[in-house]
Amino acid sequence: MANHTLNRRTFIKVSTAACGGLVIGATWLSSCGQEEKPVDPRGEADGFKEMNAYIKIATNGVVTINAPNPEIGQGVKTALPMLVAEELDMDWDKVIVEQAPLDTDNFFRQVAGGSGSVREAWLPFRKAGASARYLLLAAAAQEWDVPMDDCRTMDGYVYHDGTAQKAHYGELVNTAADIDLPDEVPLKDKANFRLIGTAVKNVDNRKIITGQPLFGLDTKREGMKYAMVVRPPAFGQTLDSYDDSETMSMPGIHKVISFDDKVAVIGDSTWAVKKGRDALQIKWKTNDQLESSEQHTADFKNLINRKSNDPKRKDGQVESAIADADKVLEATYECPFLPHACLEPMNFFAHVKDDHIELNGPVQLPARARTHIADKLEVEEEIIDVHMTRMGGGFGRRLYMDFVEDAAMVSKMTKLPIQVVWTREDDMTAGVYRPAGMYNYKAAIKDDQLMGWHLRSAAINTGNGTRENNFPAGAVPNFQVDYHQLDSDVTIGAWRAPNHNFIAFSEECFLDEVAHELGKDPVDFRLELLASAKDKEDVQVDYDVGRYIGVINRVKQMSGWGLSEKSGVYRGFGAHFSFGTYVAQVAEVAIEDDDIKVKKVYCAVDCGIVVNRSGAETQIEGGIIDGLGHALYGELKIEEGKANITNFDKHRMIRMRECPEVVIDFIDSGFDPQGLGEPGLPPIPAAVGNAIFAATGVRIRKLPFIQHQKELIG
Amino acid sequence: MKEYNIRVNGESHIVEVHEDTPLMWVLRDSLGLVGTKYGCGIAQCGACTVHVDGEAMRSCSMPISSVGDKSIVTIEGLSKEGDHPVQQAWDEADVSQCGYCQAGQIMTAVAFLNKNRTPSDDAIEEAMHGNICRCGTYNRVKKAIKIAADKM
Repeated sequence: MANHTLNRRTFIKVSTAACGGLVIGATWLSSCGQEEKPVDPRGEADGFKEMNAYIKIATNGVVTINAPNPEIGQGVKTALPMLVAEELDMDWDKVIVEQAPLDTDNFFRQVAGGSGSVREAWLPFRKAGASARYLLLAAAAQEWDVPMDDCRTMDGYVYHDGTAQKAHYGELVNTAADIDLPDEVPLKDKANFRLIGTAVKNVDNRKIITGQPLFGLDTKREGMKYAMVVRPPAFGQTLDSYDDSETMSMPGIHKVISFDDKVAVIGDSTWAVKKGRDALQIKWKTNDQLESSEQHTADFKNLINRKSNDPKRKDGQVESAIADADKVLEATYECPFLPHACLEPMNFFAHVKDDHIELNGPVQLPARARTHIADKLEVEEEIIDVHMTRMGGGFGRRLYMDFVEDAAMVSKMTKLPIQVVWTREDDMTAGVYRPAGMYNYKAAIKDDQLMGWHLRSAAINTGNGTRENNFPAGAVPNFQVDYHQLDSDVTIGAWRAPNHNFIAFSEECFLDEVAHELGKDPVDFRLELLASAKDKEDVQVDYDVGRYIGVINRVKQMSGWGLSEKSGVYRGFGAHFSFGTYVAQVAEVAIEDDDIKVKKVYCAVDCGIVVNRSGAETQIEGGIIDGLGHALYGELKIEEGKANITNFDKHRMIRMRECPEVVIDFIDSGFDPQGLGEPGLPPIPAAVGNAIFAATGVRIRKLPFIQHQKELIG
Repeated sequence: MKEYNIRVNGESHIVEVHEDTPLMWVLRDSLGLVGTKYGCGIAQCGACTVHVDGEAMRSCSMPISSVGDKSIVTIEGLSKEGDHPVQQAWDEADVSQCGYCQAGQIMTAVAFLNKNRTPSDDAIEEAMHGNICRCGTYNRVKKAIKIAADKM
């Protein structure tokens, strides 16, 4: 796009300009117009040089590092600049971090998803820092007329010890900017990391705790109008007609328009458009039979009983193993829909003009936002700029483009700068849910050995609702995974640790069932299976057996598994591999006051190198608490085509008093960093379910747990 | 539409809005004080918490017509330099993940700590029960409240 090839001079000019229109650098973030300059307690930078797309160094020594990836609370706005600062050898306390806009020429993978940001950034971001450091060293050598190899860097300074010379980066930046970079610059040896592995605070802490504009909903622009968009209340409905006469008579209402089976109310304030949309008289058309969760369950049962001609994975002959078994265990696990319930409801800003389109807001896939809107509006991508705000949660919901499209369409049709606001009810009823599904397991036991494992499964609108190459694949000689998709009008989407978030529950609980059947300790049983997987080198699996065993042994040790237990407290175990990271958890559960109380969770993690210890801990702990809350309480049902819950009065979220103490240990495996935003979540429902079984003898196979409260307390 | 004169963060503001407009939208849309967050609109999540005459209140469910001459304090007005002991504690404990609910959490915590300087875990859990955090920062919120209690 046109703005992508800014030369250095333009970049500097633009960066110091105030917000609006063409913007890169300092000020576009966080509802431009309210904030002219980034907060810099260390004084105003007096001009700066761009060392590369990631780094600007001011002549006063202040270093600005771009954070190009979307921030949804996963901590990449802190962790990725840390990678740059480490190799730059910059004092972190003197770094300013700025959110970069979408810029596919200069950055790659500006994506919040798949727990992949740190993994993918690990080398390139460090190279960006190392390259700038090289140029500064070369500049110092040139200015002091000494060999470059005799110079060293530390905390934003270059030193030449032999001549006792020292200069901060700002003093060298003008010379450095004219030096050519070699093809390869060395990266630091991991042993020399000084910043990576330490606990660094969220770079937006100050703005968050003082309530400064930061999120999509905080966007303000000159002449901006607010819009709410009404969708068909039931999946499978379309727009018939609407009467906006009452709405149009209300104060603060600018316009009512319709597009794509939706009706949009545009006005001067959020409340005006809320009242205006409530006054609309809309008729919806129902074309087919409306769906229900009850029908989905019946359909799942039919599907999983259908013979699969195309198994997702097939090792050995599972049917023979079942036929030959001394005993066959069978269990069916059921997964409910879940809404994402990001605390910041969906919203987006768009200003569509003939020659330029500005998109601004909380979106996990800014590049897709640009291509999607270019397609939808039939314009060239080059005229679209995308800016990402900090997001009040993502969890997968903001990978989708429905709210972006709302803003772009309303702005196009009204020719106004538009902030679209979804109410919580809009957010919870518009779909893109964690898909509902059913998972039926059979275990064939022969001579006290697990000889066969057959998963037959089905889920809504999901190409593959399984993780067929994950444990216990590779550990059972006859192993088959079948899957069927159930087509539905209900829209589904990636929900924190997609598929893993339920697969881990069903798989790890069923393994527990098998262990109990065999009279084995559930943890030892898994270790036994993993040991057998280790012997089968020819079998392809996604996980590394040794690292899997490593986290299990660590959590066993941390929790004192198998040693004397506290009275009235029962333990359950769960482990899972996802997004490159191995996680094993032990949950301690008590039944108190007729309620399930999760008292404490032990968690061992092997995510490779930990970049930001504070961020890493909070991602894992957050994943545990989030996963626990949804397993305890979360369920969305479809009734007559509609979601049966619309807000937090009916959709119970975990609250402080329901949170366990969480103890986390990261294994120092030395491997390159892997995911952290999602892997903490999948094991916890199983660890708790298995602890509930230990406490009560009741095996819960259908989430959420709260539905089974009566069975548990007898 | 009606004119209201309200006192927010020690300053008087005249706003012209419909009488049923929730205080939250007056703060956000009319006064540009966007630190007070919209989360549910039905007093279930606590993201919109402000102080009304020192009490933690859900501004999403408080119509402007009921505000009168009560003194409103929002996250922006909690301290001049952003250095209220609770704000400092939130930074020290590095509480925030996405950060969206945290202004509401802080406002609830401040009102609570003003009445109870030596809170037990139970009292903290009781006081914070109305604030939802989807990211699951609750344990760090609790930790920050304890840090702040020691300093206040």
